Amino acid sequence: MSRIKVKIKEKDLNIIKEICKSFNNEQGELINVLHKTQEHFGYLPAEIQEVVAKELEMSVAKVYGVVTFYSFFTMKPKGKFPISICTGTACYVRGAENVLGEFKRQLNIEVGETTPDGKFSLSCLRCVGACGLAPVVLVGDKTYGRVSPEGVKDILAEYNDK
Amino acid sequence: MEKVKLSIDNKLVEVEKGTTIYKAAKQLGIDIPVLCYMNLEGLGIENKPGGCRICVVEVEGRRNLAPSCSTDCTEGMVVHTHTMRVINARRTVMEFILSDHPKDCLTCAKSGNCELQDMAVKLGIREIPGQEYAAMSTYKMDFSPSIIRDLDKCIMCRRCEMMCNEFQTVGALSAFNRGFQSAVGPAFEMDIEDSTCTYCGQCVAVCPTGALTEKDHTRDVINALSDPTKTVIVQTAPAVRAALGEEFGLKPGTLVTGKMVTALRRLGFNYVFDTDFAADLTIMEEGTELLGRLTKFLGGDKEVKLPILTSCCPAWVNFFEHNFPEMKDIPSTARSPQQMFGAIAKTYFADKIKVKREDLVVVSIMPCLAKKYEAQRDEFKVDGNPDVDFSLSTRELAHLIKQANLDLKTLPDEDFDKPLGESTGAAVIFGVTGGVIEAATRTAYELHTGKKLAKVEFEQLRGMEFIRKATIDFNGTPINIGIAHGLGNARKLLDEIKAGKSEFHAIEIMACPGGCIGGGGQPLHHSDSSILKARTKAIYAEDEGKVLRKSHENPYIIKLYEEFLGKPMSEKAHHLLHTHYFDKSGKIEIS
Amino acid sequence: MTKYKQIRIVLNNCGVIDPENIEESIARDSYMALGKCITEMTPQDVIKEIKESGLRGRGGGGFPTGLKWEIASKNHADQKYVVCNADEGDPGAFMDRSVLEGDPHAVLEAMAICGYAIGATKGLIYIRAEYPMAIKRLKIAIDQALEYGLLGNNIFGSKFDFNIELRYGAGAFVCGEETSLIHSMEGLRGEPTIKPPFPAEKGYLGKPTNVNNVETFACVPIIIRKGASWFNKIGTEKSKGTKVFALAGKVNNVGLIEVPMGTTLREVIFEIGGGIQNGKKFKAVQTGGPSGGCLTEKHLDTPIDFDNLIAAGSMMGSGGMIVMDEDNCMVSVAKFYLDFTVEESCGKCSPCRIGNKRLYELLERITKGQGVMDDLQRLRNMSNVIKDTSLCGLGQTSPNPVLSTLDNFYDEYVAHIKDHKCPAGQCKDLMKYFIIAENCVGCTACARVCPVGAITGEKKEPHFINSEICIKCGACMERCKFDAIIIK
Repeated sequence: MSRIKVKIKEKDLNIIKEICKSFNNEQGELINVLHKTQEHFGYLPAEIQEVVAKELEMSVAKVYGVVTFYSFFTMKPKGKFPISICTGTACYVRGAENVLGEFKRQLNIEVGETTPDGKFSLSCLRCVGACGLAPVVLVGDKTYGRVSPEGVKDILAEYNDK
Repeated sequence: MEKVKLSIDNKLVEVEKGTTIYKAAKQLGIDIPVLCYMNLEGLGIENKPGGCRICVVEVEGRRNLAPSCSTDCTEGMVVHTHTMRVINARRTVMEFILSDHPKDCLTCAKSGNCELQDMAVKLGIREIPGQEYAAMSTYKMDFSPSIIRDLDKCIMCRRCEMMCNEFQTVGALSAFNRGFQSAVGPAFEMDIEDSTCTYCGQCVAVCPTGALTEKDHTRDVINALSDPTKTVIVQTAPAVRAALGEEFGLKPGTLVTGKMVTALRRLGFNYVFDTDFAADLTIMEEGTELLGRLTKFLGGDKEVKLPILTSCCPAWVNFFEHNFPEMKDIPSTARSPQQMFGAIAKTYFADKIKVKREDLVVVSIMPCLAKKYEAQRDEFKVDGNPDVDFSLSTRELAHLIKQANLDLKTLPDEDFDKPLGESTGAAVIFGVTGGVIEAATRTAYELHTGKKLAKVEFEQLRGMEFIRKATIDFNGTPINIGIAHGLGNARKLLDEIKAGKSEFHAIEIMACPGGCIGGGGQPLHHSDSSILKARTKAIYAEDEGKVLRKSHENPYIIKLYEEFLGKPMSEKAHHLLHTHYFDKSGKIEIS
Repeated sequence: MTKYKQIRIVLNNCGVIDPENIEESIARDSYMALGKCITEMTPQDVIKEIKESGLRGRGGGGFPTGLKWEIASKNHADQKYVVCNADEGDPGAFMDRSVLEGDPHAVLEAMAICGYAIGATKGLIYIRAEYPMAIKRLKIAIDQALEYGLLGNNIFGSKFDFNIELRYGAGAFVCGEETSLIHSMEGLRGEPTIKPPFPAEKGYLGKPTNVNNVETFACVPIIIRKGASWFNKIGTEKSKGTKVFALAGKVNNVGLIEVPMGTTLREVIFEIGGGIQNGKKFKAVQTGGPSGGCLTEKHLDTPIDFDNLIAAGSMMGSGGMIVMDEDNCMVSVAKFYLDFTVEESCGKCSPCRIGNKRLYELLERITKGQGVMDDLQRLRNMSNVIKDTSLCGLGQTSPNPVLSTLDNFYDEYVAHIKDHKCPAGQCKDLMKYFIIAENCVGCTACARVCPVGAITGEKKEPHFINSEICIKCGACMERCKFDAIIIK
């Protein structure tokens, strides 16, 4: 842990402790612990990493080093509807870049950002293994195939009232 | 040991199996350039990530170039260290590194002493193609009381990370991010001040670039020296005199005590004193405390806290405040020599020369960066006025001397001023690992047994091993002494204490390899461990050359007690010379 | 008609069985090979069989699998590990996922066989967290195999124990490199370390570890069942068996294919893939993902195997195969792959960390028309040095897309630099939209659809595009019904 005072809700603290305990508080299980923790909280803010470091008896600098190494881990909360655009090769050659540009324009955010209302966040991912449907967009768990820039509006519209 | 034969640049060489190409080449007098690689030979401190790729060589039959620092020699290997392919690769890689490195060499704190700069010179780099459109990785600057971090200059050699984690087990630093944006720093890119950093400065001591440097106080000192309303006095730590000469081209291990005193006097310090005086005072207080605890223990008191731990190393103090707060009543409460000096200077001495506290400026010259932080701790201030105003490193003193147009080599020798400049050999050896406990033993033995030591040297307490143990016979009472240098080694002894398994009565701990002579504020060793050994030798030589070699024999210390303090551990001594420790471990608060 | 080109060894059970029902797998001979190994063969026999089969690592490198097992078997330790690399990170490759989802028992069985051969009792599957279905099916498969005594202790009533656990990747392409993968499994940053020591000596937790990828393992049971001599009859002299490719891009039939080694690119693209979409012209095929290169017309009749692809300046990689047509700009393709590498470089060694970034920047300048001819020499030199000096396989191969496009599409680079033109019409910065006044009827549709107001003109008068404002989104061109808008 660092010297900074960490504030966290008791309930959340206990959840993290439970997760660490389920992996025997072993340092070697750090990545598994982070997976479970992110699964629960949606993201891994500093205070959560501090608690994980304390529970696994390791330096929080190392925990942060791991969190920032892997693109799956995020320190920022995602939107209610996280939008992921596949920029794998197949999607790329079929115009994923233009689709991404259109999402950015419509939502007025950059990749890695969340809309001010917390509704949408935008990220890129590498190959979801649906190259036959390229270009592919994921909104939450829902997959959209053969998306064109013109189709972006319709996709967003689906979530307007949600 | 199995041997292998190989050829390097058409010269045959036979080496032990497991020797790297880099080391084998060295035997042949071939100096393959290395950048990230660092080896403090004989100390077992090695950094070998194979990351910079400057040291690549051509190995016949191998598809790609081999990093010589981390490729072992094999039988019949044919190595070429300067083919066109190698030279071109080395230059191109260097251009890559420099393309992501600021070009403010002229004003960089490391200029002239920078391994990256030296490498650019060695490789004859004259331009960096495409620099005008090359993006640079940038990070925020971090100014702490001791260390300044400018990660724009980080080249990912990982030396600091290795020192901070493997050697010191402090864990303040780690590589973070990935790829082009990766660098080494504390969690969340927080200020180092908010991390568990102890300011030991070993990261600074090994950093090959200007990414990690000390907070420079030379300007503050020049200002004080030129202020006619101030009386400015200086104290110099023992390890400084054994290393300062290196900055002026003298051989490592050259003692420059007298020249240093002259230089300080010519710089304009009103009094040139010695931290060694305060080291003798430390022994009086700490030795008395040790004897007190021992006597109680031998008298059957089971509550008494043993082993007693030395407390003169400020990085070590920071370390246990962060990591072992539950043991904060075990270390001696004696302040470090720097702080004892400050407290005495601003009371006893200020009274003597009739200068008001606020008009007296105390400067310390230290081999250490943690001393800068220690000097500004709140508990060492009176109404906001610190006992020690500025703490300079050995390197900063060298700069100061150079700025005053003084050539240290040619200066005559002069003596320290009295009364705070007198010291014994026991104080000098504070500068090396094992020295504090040896000094304490000399005094505690004589005070406890009432007998004179026939031989003051305790060879069993000396050496470079990271953890050492010795038993000294105190007239029939065996006293077990432990010594550790390096905080990782200290941690091992602390874990033993925590587990109730420690066999020791007293333990000396120093944060830096070799003790203060290897401190973070010393002239850079550039991974040459023979320098540390030469400094150690010099320190012991200075001790040997002294007439008085036991702290309790220092006449000015005796006088100080008579005139001012009364006796060791008196109430006044407690007030001025002792301290208490804080729990600085991170806390989780429920919100 | 094209079916006969394919042989299903790896994908034999995929789509045929219910992967969540072990009975169906067993009905198709699953775990027969493991039984044969344990009851009829010594570990040395197993290694000999795999060696004789000529099986080479399908993860990209093509290292002989049997030899790898042999080295691991000879290193003695109290504990050894078998690791399955299922961190399929190549953009445009999904064959491992298909095998894990469609035939998980093949991989589990092969890992146990490997464990028996090298003397390991623990197996670990390092799998991408992004593959929830594969994870679910693997978990079910492991549970069922344990229940049937096909994994766990005393397998087939023998003294051989083998247990398998899952470890999750967290999105780092470099973890396909075996030392990185091992560090990642240990909870560390997935940075590679210098080899030697190889994992076979000092791997997971410092113990001898054998790492193979999913597809390699999937070949193992059938080799044991049908014999090395059956397997090594398929393929070319130095590359035996089949290879699964994820065929994608501008071909009519996309998806997973499995062909014998030695099949030509032409057969794959034009017979199995059904040729190029929309009757366009074939331009290039990219194999090997970010580590591979772009091959052209002249390579179409090259038989696909490990060595031929390397000789042609590409590599097998894990089996991504992306087909490109005349609309794909090859400089942009190289840039795309470098963008990927820059993002995925771990940052440990300087040539990969900084060099690839510099390659990317130079490519970007060229696609913007800011390049100079000297840049091409610099691209080549930087690429060669990055390959020659990088620490791990990622950096040692990352410049391949640049070098192969420089070799095969040099003129296209020159066109970008000298003529400021992108022959494929893909580089936006080099394009300008114009309105042909004769064709324009002044309907104003283009002006209305332009998102940035770059088009002006009176109703029923020819319109004009201000190229300073134009963002080259192409919306106007799509809207115009009179073919009045062109790109130059």
